[in-house]
Amino acid sequence: MSDTSSGLRRARSLVPDAFVSPRRTKLLRILGTSAFVLLTGWCLWAFDFSPMRLVEGATRFGSVASFMFPPHVWQSWTEWQEILKGLGETVAMAFMGTLLGAIIAFPLAFLGARNIMPVSWFRLGIRRGFDALRAVEQLILALVFIRAFGLGPLAGILAIAVSEIGTFSKLFAEAIENTSKKPVDGVKASGAGKLQTVRFAVLPQALPVILSIILYNFESNTRSGTILGIVGAGGIGFLLADRISAYRWPEAWTIIFLIVFMVYLIDGFSGFLRKHIIGKDDRTRS
Amino acid sequence: MTTASPAIQRFELDYAAARKSARRLNTISTVLFALCFVVTAWTGGFFDMTDVTLANGDRVSMWKIWAGLPRLGEYLYKTLPVLHWETLWGDVGNWFWRWKVWLQLLIETVLIAYMATLLGVVGAFLLSFPASRNLAPNRIILNITRRYLEIVRTVPDLVWALIFVFCFGVGPLAGVLAIGLHATGALGKLYSEANENADMRAVEGIKASGGSWFDQVRYGIVPQVIPNIISYTLLRFEINVRSSSIIGFVGAGGLGQEIRVAMSLQEYTDLSALFLIIFTTVIVIDMLSEKIRHRIIGLTGKGV
Repeated sequence: MSDTSSGLRRARSLVPDAFVSPRRTKLLRILGTSAFVLLTGWCLWAFDFSPMRLVEGATRFGSVASFMFPPHVWQSWTEWQEILKGLGETVAMAFMGTLLGAIIAFPLAFLGARNIMPVSWFRLGIRRGFDALRAVEQLILALVFIRAFGLGPLAGILAIAVSEIGTFSKLFAEAIENTSKKPVDGVKASGAGKLQTVRFAVLPQALPVILSIILYNFESNTRSGTILGIVGAGGIGFLLADRISAYRWPEAWTIIFLIVFMVYLIDGFSGFLRKHIIGKDDRTRS
Repeated sequence: MTTASPAIQRFELDYAAARKSARRLNTISTVLFALCFVVTAWTGGFFDMTDVTLANGDRVSMWKIWAGLPRLGEYLYKTLPVLHWETLWGDVGNWFWRWKVWLQLLIETVLIAYMATLLGVVGAFLLSFPASRNLAPNRIILNITRRYLEIVRTVPDLVWALIFVFCFGVGPLAGVLAIGLHATGALGKLYSEANENADMRAVEGIKASGGSWFDQVRYGIVPQVIPNIISYTLLRFEINVRSSSIIGFVGAGGLGQEIRVAMSLQEYTDLSALFLIIFTTVIVIDMLSEKIRHRIIGLTGKGV
């Protein structure tokens, strides 16, 4: 033990620079830390994170949360019917929106895939279009569609569909690009045309991935479908926002638990289907 | 030559059986899918009809989507600003007439996202270790933290914001807490998955040399997962900027409240200006964080 430490001491005296970080790194570290501390401190001050306000809010949240137990159970069938209809509407919106988005995105994806569309300026233009669609918030789309199609699930379906077009086209195009070139060469060598090559060489490779992407996004759309209702685009969110704004907390908590339960069910179901389609649990996207 | 060998016969039989079962599966799934389609189309009101008055005064029944499209075009047309080439600067000035307020709110939006990400990172980092299967001290703690993270991320941040606006009052504080809580759940899941995929040999080494649970996590796991954590965090920051730009809709600070005001006051051109501001911010932040992510991971072209 003492042998090593004496060796260390000698090394330290021989090459002192090897044991300290260079001045530039030190300076950068100090600058970074102070910028972080200053920014965070300023945010805390600007957003009024005073301990008094936090404690007051936490006590109020505690009293709100106390309405969780015992969970509220509706007594009459008509009340239950309303809630179940809201939940069903959310799932229906997610299903129709995802399906519509996938149907429209499927042909567009080929135009954005490098191995199908060799004209680069056209392909890149299409891709920027996908990016632009994805940058628009689903909630903002829903607000616009409510103006045109009225309150209700139809606006929600269209909002989900339009924002999914951007997401799907990008992901589908990547799935198409990631296919192996060998089957393509084989099918081409046996005298197939362009369309036949796509149908018999590219599609069989890309379809399982595409289906799994669709299922995954269906899951995430059931989650986001709940917030579309808050602005009036149908679904359970409308009922939840209504209960919260009327301070009917016990009912609000029950609705929240039902949403969690529903999402849990859909996750399990789509995970099961995905496992069967793709052969293994795809952990790469989460 | 004419009589097939038994092996081929067996193959033909098996093949026919496989074809049959595949066909049965296909039929069943097609029928189920069609059923889902009809039920959801009916609940979602997708094929609803509506009465519209034509230009010549006739009232006809029309598919709702078809009838709504002209209204959608009209609405979008109204949001376009009037810009003339000769007086371009003045027109743009008129279009962005509230730019001082908007700039302030934009900064607030980005800062809300920053603080929420910070909260989410701290919460998720601490909870991810008890929530990963290979590191949890016991099953009870594992299950409690996992269920907590699940519930917290399943409830959308807008719902948390509705609740927190009631508890903490209107303002960015509620927004930070709402997005931060949601981000804790989302990041906690990703972090714990990174922990589970980490190489356990380092942990075993530290355990063998007498390290405590804390030492095992600190020196065995954390160095392995830091790159993953940084890249997930930057991705989350992008998502949080999007969330914080709309969270003001329920009164939790940021640009969202301006959208709500412009909508209810029917200030159409304001809407397009706000939309443009959010759009540009989101794209700029996406690009910046992608650059940083690629530099950190040392990859080019493939992110996590």
